[in-house]
Amino acid sequence: MLDAPARLAGTAGGAAWTRKDLLDTDSLSREEIELVLETARSMKEVRSRPVAKVPTLRGVTVATLFYEQSTRTRASFEVAAKSLGADVVNLTASGSSVEKGESLIDTVRTLEAIGTDVIVMRHFRSGAPYLAARHTGASIINGGDGTHAHPTQALLDLFTMVNHLGSVEGRRVVIVGDILHSRVARSNAWTLLRLGAEVTLCGPATLLPRWFVPEVPGGGRCTVTTDFDRAIEGADVVMALRMQKERQQRGLIPSLREYIAGYQVNAQRLGRAAPGALLMHPGPMNEGVELSPDVAHGAQSRIEEQVANGVAVRMALLYLIAARSRA
Amino acid sequence: MNDILLVRGGRVLDPAAGLDAVLDVLVANGVVAAIGPGLEAAGARVLDAGGCIVAPGFVDLHAHLREPGFEQKGTIATETEAALRGGFTTVCAMPNTRPAPDCGPVLESIVDLVRRHARVRVFPIGCVTRERAGKELAELAELAAGGVVAFSDDGSPVADPRLMRNALALAEALGLPLSEHCDTPEMHTSGAMNEGAVSERLGLSGQPAAAEATAVARNIELAAATGARLHIAHVTTARAVELVAEAKARGLPVTCEVTPSHLFLTEAAVAGDGPEPAYDTNAKINPPLRTEADRRALLRGLEAGVIDAIATDHAPHAVEDKLVEFEDAAFGISCFESAAGTVFTLAARGELRIERAIAALTSGPAACFGLAERAPGVGRLEPGVSRDVVVIDPAAEWVVDPAGWVSKGKNTPLGGRRLTGAVRAVIIDGTLRWEREGASV
Ligand SMILES: [Zn+2]
Repeated sequence: MLDAPARLAGTAGGAAWTRKDLLDTDSLSREEIELVLETARSMKEVRSRPVAKVPTLRGVTVATLFYEQSTRTRASFEVAAKSLGADVVNLTASGSSVEKGESLIDTVRTLEAIGTDVIVMRHFRSGAPYLAARHTGASIINGGDGTHAHPTQALLDLFTMVNHLGSVEGRRVVIVGDILHSRVARSNAWTLLRLGAEVTLCGPATLLPRWFVPEVPGGGRCTVTTDFDRAIEGADVVMALRMQKERQQRGLIPSLREYIAGYQVNAQRLGRAAPGALLMHPGPMNEGVELSPDVAHGAQSRIEEQVANGVAVRMALLYLIAARSRA
Repeated sequence: MNDILLVRGGRVLDPAAGLDAVLDVLVANGVVAAIGPGLEAAGARVLDAGGCIVAPGFVDLHAHLREPGFEQKGTIATETEAALRGGFTTVCAMPNTRPAPDCGPVLESIVDLVRRHARVRVFPIGCVTRERAGKELAELAELAAGGVVAFSDDGSPVADPRLMRNALALAEALGLPLSEHCDTPEMHTSGAMNEGAVSERLGLSGQPAAAEATAVARNIELAAATGARLHIAHVTTARAVELVAEAKARGLPVTCEVTPSHLFLTEAAVAGDGPEPAYDTNAKINPPLRTEADRRALLRGLEAGVIDAIATDHAPHAVEDKLVEFEDAAFGISCFESAAGTVFTLAARGELRIERAIAALTSGPAACFGLAERAPGVGRLEPGVSRDVVVIDPAAEWVVDPAGWVSKGKNTPLGGRRLTGAVRAVIIDGTLRWEREGASV
C-alpha cells in the first residue's frame, strides 16, 4: 500500500503518470515534466525532515544495474529508494564488454523473476535501456545510456533551475563542452525546449552535432555555435559539461590548453552572463578544465545543490513509476 | 526430368532483347523453347500468367550464404531455397565464410557443397586477400582457375592502397572483376549507422557518407591506373553515384550495384516509427541505410543506368546476433524473400520504372560479372538458350512475415509492412521449381 500519495505528490493540473519506464526526455510532455517537478518538491520537503525517510515504497524492490561506473548516480538512486522505504539491490556488471551467456535481456528477466519492480540501469551502449524495457515487465529507469540520454540528470538540472528562476520559459541556457558525446546535453536540451527555454549548444566544431538540432513543436529555440564568448552573453544559466581527456588522443581537439582557452567558464566570462546567472555542472568535474576553481566554488555555483536535488528528483521518479505499477 | 510448360499470356519483359509484349513462353527440354503469340504444345502444363510479368530469372551479384562456418545463420540449402522463392535463379556467393575461399582447395570444397546442396545456380566469389585480412593477396590465379566469377573481401574494404592496386592489376590480367566494399574505416569507429541527424539524436556512432565516397574515388583511380574491371558493391550515397557516373563518362570499366534495402529504407528505420527511438537492430546494415536524399539519388542513378544492378546483400543472422544492444548487433538484412516485393513496391509507387527494375535484376548484373559466358542465357530470355524464367504478379499485395521465411535469417526491418508485387512462379533449368501457394498459375 502506498502511503498518503496526495500529501507527497500533487496532481499537476490533473496529469497522472502512466509510463512503465523512463527512458529519455524527448518523449515527455510538458505536463509529465511538471508532475515530476511538483512531486520532487514534496520529496525535497521529506528530505528536510529530521528523519528524512517515509515508508511510501515499503515492499517495493529497486535494483540498480550498472554496466558503467558511476558512484554518484548510483548512490543518489540508492539514497532516494531507501528514503522511500524501498529495498535496494545493487548489481554491477563487470568488464566493459558484453559477457557471453549473460545477456542484458537475461539479466533484466532474472531481476524481474526475483521480484524487482524497478530497475535503474546505466549502460555504456546507447539504446540499451530500450532493449531492456521491451523484454521485462519491470520498470526501467534510464540512469544514462551511452552518448544518448540521461533523463534523471536533466530533470534534476531543470528542478534546480526552476527553484531559482521560477520558470525557464524564455530563459537563455548555454550548455558548453562536448555536446556530441553528451547524454546530459541531449536530455537537458529536450526538457528545456519543452518548457520554452532558449537553448544554446556550444563547443569546438568537432564536438558539436552537425545535423541534429532538437526541435519541440511549440517549445523554445535551440541554436548551435562554436563561439562561447558570444553565446554566454546575457545567459541565465551556464552549464559546463565534463571534458574527457581522451578526446585529445582521438584527435577531436588539439589540446586541453586550447579547449580551456576557448571554452572554460572563468570569472571574466561568467561576468558577461546575466547578473546572478546560475553556474551548473553535472559532475564529476575536472576542476581547472571546464570551470576555473574560483567560479566552481563561487557564489553562482549551483553544483552542490544539483547533487542534493538529485535525490529529491529521483525519489519523485521512483515514486511515480512504482505507484503506477501498483495502481 | 523436364516439364513441358506453357506460360500463357503474361507481359514478357526481357530488357536484353528489347522485348516487352503480351506473349506466351514455351519451356521444353530444359530451355525456353519459344516465345510468341498463341503458342500451343500438346501435353504441356499451362501456367496462366495473365496480369503477370514474365522475365528472365533474377541474378544476384551479392549474397551471403553463410556455409561453411556459420551454419547457425544459414546454409547453402536454406539460403538458396530462400533465393528461389525470391525469384533469384543465379546467385553469386560472397566469400566471408570460414574457411574463406582464398585458395584453390577451399574453393573446391565450397564448390562441392554448392553442387550437393544448392537449389539455384551459385557462382562463387573468391577472396582478394588471405583470410580476408587485408594483409597479403589471396591465390588469385588458382581461384580464377577454380571458377570464381569475381574477387571481393566484402564486409571489409581492402584498406591498403598498394595492395588494392596490385589486386586490381592481377584481376585485370585474369579477366575478372573486383567487387569492392567501399568504405574508409579509419574515418569512423565501426559506425553502427549513417552519421547524421538520426545518429546524433540516438547517440550512436556513425559512418559518414564521405567514408564511402573517399573509397569509391580512390578505387576508381586505381582501376583507371590498372585497367581493371572495378565493381562497386552496394553504393549507398548520392556522391558515390556521381563518382561512378564520372568514371563511366571517362570510359572506365566501372560498374556498381544497389541493394533493395537502400532503395526502400532510410536511416529513419533505425529509430523506428513511433515517438520513442526503437534502436531497431534489424535495420543495422553495412554500409548503413542513408538519408532520403541519398535514397532518391540511388533511384535516379538506377533509372539513368549509372547503377547497373540491384543486388540483395542477403545477410541472414541468427536471432541472438540481433537481440543485443544496437552497437553490438551484427550488420545485415535477410533479403532474398522480400527483395522482389520491395523493388516492385517502388515500381507500384512510381519511384522506379518496372522495365528498369527488371533490367537491374537480370541483364544488368549478368553483364557486370560476364555471367552469360559461364551459363549461356543467364539474365535474358533467349529461345533455345535461356533456362530460367520468373513470373511476377506486380499487383499482388502481401504483408512481410519473416516467421514464415525459409531463410534461417528472420532479420528484416520490413516485418509487418505491406508490399505490392510478388514472385508467383520460378523455373530453373526448364523445370518449375517453385510456385506460390494459392497462386492461380
Ligand atoms: Zn559489403
